[in-house]
Amino acid sequence: MQFGVFTVGDVTVDPTNGRLPSEHERIKAMTAIALKAEEVGLDVFATGEHHNPPFVPSSPTTLLGWIAARTERLLLSTSTTLITTNDPVKIAEDYAMLQHLADGRVDLMMGRGNTGPVYPWFGQDIRNGIPLAIENYDLLRRLWREDVVDWKGRFRTPLQSFTSTPRPLDGVPPFVWHGSIRSPEIAEQAAYYGDGFFANHIFWPKEHTQRMVGLYRQRFEHYGHGSADQAIVGLGGQVFMRKNSQDAVREFRPYFDNAPVYGHGPSLEEFTRETPLTVGSPQQVIDRTLGFREYVGDYQRQLFLVDHAGLPLKAVLEQLDLLGEEVVPVLRKEFDSLRPAHVPEAPTHASLLAAAGGTKDSTVHAVDDVTGKAPEEGR
Amino acid sequence: MTRRTLAVVSAGLGQPSSTRLLADQLAAAARDELVGRGAGVEIRPVELREHAHDVVNHLLTGFPPAALREALDTVASADGLVAVTPIFNASYNGLFKSFFDVVDRDALADKPVLIGATGGTARHSLALEHAVRPMFAYLRAVAVPTAVFAAPEDWSGDGAEGALRARIRRAGSELAEQVDRRPAATGPADPFALTTSFAELLAGRDPA
Repeated sequence: MQFGVFTVGDVTVDPTNGRLPSEHERIKAMTAIALKAEEVGLDVFATGEHHNPPFVPSSPTTLLGWIAARTERLLLSTSTTLITTNDPVKIAEDYAMLQHLADGRVDLMMGRGNTGPVYPWFGQDIRNGIPLAIENYDLLRRLWREDVVDWKGRFRTPLQSFTSTPRPLDGVPPFVWHGSIRSPEIAEQAAYYGDGFFANHIFWPKEHTQRMVGLYRQRFEHYGHGSADQAIVGLGGQVFMRKNSQDAVREFRPYFDNAPVYGHGPSLEEFTRETPLTVGSPQQVIDRTLGFREYVGDYQRQLFLVDHAGLPLKAVLEQLDLLGEEVVPVLRKEFDSLRPAHVPEAPTHASLLAAAGGTKDSTVHAVDDVTGKAPEEGR
Repeated sequence: MTRRTLAVVSAGLGQPSSTRLLADQLAAAARDELVGRGAGVEIRPVELREHAHDVVNHLLTGFPPAALREALDTVASADGLVAVTPIFNASYNGLFKSFFDVVDRDALADKPVLIGATGGTARHSLALEHAVRPMFAYLRAVAVPTAVFAAPEDWSGDGAEGALRARIRRAGSELAEQVDRRPAATGPADPFALTTSFAELLAGRDPA
């Protein structure tokens, strides 16, 4: 099972002292969090993608490329990549490039984005959210799997004899997750392709996650990718920990009360009861997280949100220490002992490569327009 | 015997509340009429005051806490709805509006609704027609023709057999008539049900 962190990349004032970090500080904090994630033995770092303040990660592959160069083991991912407003051609190129630089330590999570005004900035309309996600992703898959693509669709300029470069590393496209909170069409999409499904889980009642994962599993089996319990499921989680649970609650409460999304609404206690948010001791986080399995089944990836709402970097890094030292080793052991042998791990570059029958050079060499010959044919 | 349910939403803030009193009388009038037509009737009161904080939390977080979910399901799955609000500043009060703002979009489509209001003066009575009725029209509910407004004088004086009483009876029969014409309500729609297949979704990609 994979464990990691996912970040939204919000620049938010620290409500306890009124301090507002700069974008530069926040970006550097995100890289520090990623490096720390590897250091403490986590498996995954995933960044959000946003194109409006107060968020900084508009250019995920730049950020992930920097992190790739300074890590050895960490899997780099997204939470989410906007499949609606990005050109699928650019996603194909950017993430294939990242895949090469990171030697395969890359996967992606597709998402639609829920901020209406962002769509027209990129020539789109939020009312087409689902059709954009369907059409763009179908093209993206072809761009990674077919060397030369002829294509015509509703939302983008047609392509004729187009080759997306670089080709995926070893001819194996990155594994893809589809993230959604409550759109059954996206669970259906993930199931159709046999891709992973990631339930954001946090900020919402568990019933949403339970229903969406249940639908995805059922359709995964329907489309013949394996039995329902072999589908590839990821979940979000949101935690704040101190050794002593009262200290965690006391320290986190002002951040909770003023947080974007849910601040000034329900109490910390109500939100903790109704959503996966867990504020307390490492043992409480262990118990709560093991409980997720009871309503989604055995799953493959658990990502925690630990760095939003203006929490200072120091406190965030302390969360990572607690995750790495006390929480994740126990969860790994417990989840592994509960999981039946026929339930797979999340696919990685290595496992996809093995399934594809081993390494091949997938380079597509240029063809001379006049003679129609590739350079090597002339030799 | 047909089983019918009537959800009774009251946005009164006082306890006891004249708004709740009117709501109960309207519900009882509709029930009596339905029983007279041979139906069994269950009345399910929804006192919005008890859900006030949850309604605000729903507006802020996008999902209802469990108790509010139950109230919303009560309204969505009822065969008929009695909805009564005090009039504040020439319109429904904020609690009443906020509650219907978080009702699922299609939950009231074709649902018979009896609207009522209370106020400190009879001069507020047309608020039912210019504020409450249009909101239910927007929600595609079927608001019965008689709306019932109770001013302070309606609760006093000639009381039991006065004009208010007659109006309540007429409105109750109108609601019963609309409920009676319809098959039993099917309950809230499942937002997680898959209503399409991937083949259909993918087919949508062809240029129009």
